[in-house]
Amino acid sequence: MLRSLGADAVPVRRPEEIADLDGLVIPGGESSVMDKLSRAFGLAEPLKSAIAAGLPVYGTCAGLIMLADTVLDAITGQQTLGGLPISVRRNAFGNQIDSFETDLAIPELGDPAVHAVFIRAPVVEAVEDGVTVLAQLDDGRIVAVESQNLLGTAFHPEVTGDTRFHQYFLQKVRDRVVLPAD
Amino acid sequence: MSTVETPSQNGRSEHGSSRVKRGLAEMLKGGVIMDVVNAEQAKIAEEAGAVAVMALERVPADIRSQGGVARMSDPDLIDGIIGAVSIPVMAKARIGHFVEAQVLQVLGVDYIDESEVLSPADYVNHIDKWKFQVPFVCGATNLGEALRRINEGAAMIRSKGEAGTGDVSEATKHIRKIKSEIAALSSMSKDELYVAAKELQAPYDLVVEIAETGTLPVVLFTAGGVATPADAAMMMQLGADGVFVGSGVFKSGNPAERAAAIVKATTFYDDPSVVAEVSRGLGEAMVGINVADVPAPHRLSERGW
Repeated sequence: MLRSLGADAVPVRRPEEIADLDGLVIPGGESSVMDKLSRAFGLAEPLKSAIAAGLPVYGTCAGLIMLADTVLDAITGQQTLGGLPISVRRNAFGNQIDSFETDLAIPELGDPAVHAVFIRAPVVEAVEDGVTVLAQLDDGRIVAVESQNLLGTAFHPEVTGDTRFHQYFLQKVRDRVVLPAD
Repeated sequence: MSTVETPSQNGRSEHGSSRVKRGLAEMLKGGVIMDVVNAEQAKIAEEAGAVAVMALERVPADIRSQGGVARMSDPDLIDGIIGAVSIPVMAKARIGHFVEAQVLQVLGVDYIDESEVLSPADYVNHIDKWKFQVPFVCGATNLGEALRRINEGAAMIRSKGEAGTGDVSEATKHIRKIKSEIAALSSMSKDELYVAAKELQAPYDLVVEIAETGTLPVVLFTAGGVATPADAAMMMQLGADGVFVGSGVFKSGNPAERAAAIVKATTFYDDPSVVAEVSRGLGEAMVGINVADVPAPHRLSERGW
């Protein structure tokens, strides 16, 4: 999807691949496995430093969990990269049978509503100051947030082909490349 | 169709759609799914980095050695496994046994494997998987079989291999077969696809879709005989989206370390130095049996049609 929007997208699995990045997307998957592998292969610490230094990162679903400062219902010993001052509850909706798709009104992205797919998805249970809430479910639960260089959604925009979240993220990346923060 | 729509202020909300069913498999890509028979094994698998676990009554190697009819697990065991881990839990139902599938759906498993590893309950029909909200994974030895399963509603395919042997040769054969048949379709002109569909014994519309996209519309894992990190990495290099490991972990000398090593080798499947590193000192792999020594009537991959 990022390639279709004109970005040069590469997979990242090794610490030495981080230095060349202007932005990073942490996709869906199993957050406990991402955590284990990122630590086992020395990716976690350089990523934390890069996030602190302002690297734009977009996390979807498990990626949102990786960006959260606090995770509820984590497996024993599970850690995150952090950076977003939020609490996220892992797998907040229940089993796969409770997974769903729905439309979400997101003013920042304009009309029409974003069709969002939630697959064993997390929700954001608490946000601290400085975090912008981009989307909420009908019951008020928070499912998309932004804070400085970080963007997170509990759902998967890549599954429906709606490019607006990725465009929104790429704009963050472009803004920083053109005008470095320091 | 089994989808359920509920009104929403934001707009329509839908459960059990193909997108939601296939989507979970998308999230498992690049990962390892491990067979477990109880909560303790499930914990070990989760600790080792499995992206999901597969609950079954006995691992295929035991089904093979003990014989008898193999069925869905006891619901107590499945509840125990669901309670023990936070990663997705899959469970096996017998081919055609739609009531076992109904039971598994009620128990809240995240995926049902309609599996040839268990004794078939129907030698003619597979389960009508569209009737369920829970997604299904099914085995296939070739593209035609994969497309017949997708036509019945499967949201994920795994190549069958020969479960419970520790011999990877059938897994290799099946993933190569499926990949080469997809490639062949992609190179055909449109007027050849009618006969291709007939020969594959697959629905024409799906055949056209594969020819156009060059890929299955669902995730393709591989299974059946993977016992070492190198086996798993080979399946990934052959084009699998991920790997099922059955008896290979818990029939080996050191399940926890072997499981973690297979996970790492699956992630870094294209880096032989990582595969070499994680393969060191794992102790005994499952002893295994050569598929050639298994008499044809006992080959699990020949179940399903």
